Amino acid sequence: MTLLEVRGLGVSYRSGGREVPAVRGVDLTLDRGETLGLAGESGSGKSTLALSLLRLLPAGTRVEGQVRWEGEDLLTAKWSRVRAVRWAGASVVFQGALSALNPVRTVGDQICEPIVLHEGATRREARRRAGELLESVGVPVRRLDGYPHEFSGGQRQRIMIAMALACRPDLIIADEPTTALDVMVQAQILQLLADLVKEERIAVLMISHDLSVLAQMCDRLAVMYAGQLVETGPSAQLLTDPRHPYTRALAGAFPVIGDPASRRAPSGLPGDPPNQAQLGAGCAFAPRCPEADADCRTGAVQLWPAGPGRDAACLRVLPDGVLPDGALRDGAAERPADGADAVPAEPGGADATGERAGEQAEEQAAPQPAAGTSAGGQS
Amino acid sequence: MSDLLDAVALPGREEPAGSSRPGRSPAPFLRYLASKVAAALVSFAVTLVIGFVLFSLMPANPVQSLTRGRPTSAAQMEHLRHQLGLDQPVWHRFLSFVGDTLQGRLGDSWQFQQPVASLIGERLWPTLLLTGTATLLSVVLGLWLGVHSGWRHGSRFDRLTSGISLTLWSVPTFWLAMILLVVLSTGLGPIPSLFPAGGMSDAYSPSGFGHVLDVAHHLVLPCLTMVLVVFAQYVTVMRSSVIDELGNPYLLTARAKGLMDSQVRNRHAAPNALLPSVTVIFLQLGTVVGGAITVETVYSWPGLGFLTYQALQVPDLPLLQGTFIVFSASVILMNLLADVVYRFLDPRVRAQ
Repeated sequence: MTLLEVRGLGVSYRSGGREVPAVRGVDLTLDRGETLGLAGESGSGKSTLALSLLRLLPAGTRVEGQVRWEGEDLLTAKWSRVRAVRWAGASVVFQGALSALNPVRTVGDQICEPIVLHEGATRREARRRAGELLESVGVPVRRLDGYPHEFSGGQRQRIMIAMALACRPDLIIADEPTTALDVMVQAQILQLLADLVKEERIAVLMISHDLSVLAQMCDRLAVMYAGQLVETGPSAQLLTDPRHPYTRALAGAFPVIGDPASRRAPSGLPGDPPNQAQLGAGCAFAPRCPEADADCRTGAVQLWPAGPGRDAACLRVLPDGVLPDGALRDGAAERPADGADAVPAEPGGADATGERAGEQAEEQAAPQPAAGTSAGGQS
Repeated sequence: MSDLLDAVALPGREEPAGSSRPGRSPAPFLRYLASKVAAALVSFAVTLVIGFVLFSLMPANPVQSLTRGRPTSAAQMEHLRHQLGLDQPVWHRFLSFVGDTLQGRLGDSWQFQQPVASLIGERLWPTLLLTGTATLLSVVLGLWLGVHSGWRHGSRFDRLTSGISLTLWSVPTFWLAMILLVVLSTGLGPIPSLFPAGGMSDAYSPSGFGHVLDVAHHLVLPCLTMVLVVFAQYVTVMRSSVIDELGNPYLLTARAKGLMDSQVRNRHAAPNALLPSVTVIFLQLGTVVGGAITVETVYSWPGLGFLTYQALQVPDLPLLQGTFIVFSASVILMNLLADVVYRFLDPRVRAQ
């Protein structure tokens, strides 16, 4: 049976008397041993999606759809069932381990807590296992009685991982696990997580705004924009040959390791994510999309097949000139064959060449918001 | 995927394990304790100076107020001045005051013609019994109510708790004490006289366990009054610090672990929220020794508060000076204790 199957998941918060959608119509499947990366900007709903799986969102949040855990819908299950799945079935590695760990209790105590709770282990057994877990993440056992503030940022994140592994879960949800860390420690933590989940055949749902981090860890990627999945597919293909313009922008925002050209000309995406309370008809990305035309602003988009094992929510992936309802597209002939032609000239960014010194390019990358507002005005 | 990783990971560069591990050995604790004790001693020295100024220098002519309304000859007045040591120079009086105080001699009470120290010693235990019991009860009650109303702030339970406790907090102590006295001791309408009106025990109190029961019976009303007046501040402090903790990510972690709501509250939120409350509790503990003046007076409880009230009527300056020093010392001592306890409750303070 599939480990985790999400169907039509929608989440909306109540804000100022109105329902503001944060996640809309998300479908996901994840099986043991699979790793799925969820990418998107801040506010795209990726953390909300992760928390909704275990019903960890604050009271008053509306969640619809289905979250089937080994066939059982957690959204309608009794709380005792949900609590039993929490941590023993699916555990969470939160970002910012300093605040995610209780400051006044020892780390050993905090690792033991779920073991005692879910497995009914004695304190002594739990402590022994907590010691093994600490060792396995590379923190000395003797530091079991240390408090969170006594550890470095990387060690705290290791402790979070040890804690997540405490009850031998089937799934680990890693919510920006390395965001607060420097690049070196980030790489170590990712390697550690990758090794541990491979050994134990644990499924991973990893959330990040950083596509390169996700690509290192995950077999498959899902890109989220304005609460919806806009593209899914195998990591490598998604990164090298993105089908959705948003994925393209996201992939271009990070330099490719080992490719100096991409370092010198980091491309960005003008504009800001939309206010999800005011989404109209058509593609949510259309206002920022360099390739958008009239059809994009009126026709509804959904995930369409875009190659083997791939989906994208963009009209461009449909056969030329065909609208989802089968009608012929207006002016299909004039549509530029290559989307790159339609990219609006961005001050400083578009004409960046290989000759430009790296630091200059980085300076150019800074005033993105200004460039964004002007480009946003065009659409 | 793994070769991608190799490209960024520099092998062999491990964070220093166990790099910082402060606050475990006894030496930092002793240094911490020494600094706190030193600060407490400085406060006590200042208290001595203030006590001397207030009760030995400020009163214009204690002899006159002592002999007011009685025919007294000039020679008798002079003799009294000499007897009280008022004819000596100020610095000499201050030095002997400090010396005596440090040796536990607080002078003789004018009113009782007894050493102040033994008077205070006699009255200390009834006060500790009353305020100790009342504080314990109000801390337990206040913290429990505070945790629960903060955890579900805005609920009906919270509004009821906050409303009642703040109302009682605003009520004047003497008024509440007298109402309780009238209703529960004198008896009102159908309510019989349930508790004695005052004192600590009956004149013909039995001995042994019967005596304990008798004292407990006398303790009910003064203790109830103090609890009702005092518990609101524990509710308020605990409630607001629980609310401050609510948004903290470690509570989300605790929930994600599969703990029940009450377990998240009791194991994770409450211990953190307790920290600010500890300061308030100990500050309050310091003041309860002297803060029971009203309650003890209304119920004629033979404690330090009642003694202070008696001394004020004369005014019995050495006795007032003595109680002033004892009250101040207890506040300073409790502050010191709060600092030490805080260190044990919050590991982050240990690191400093």
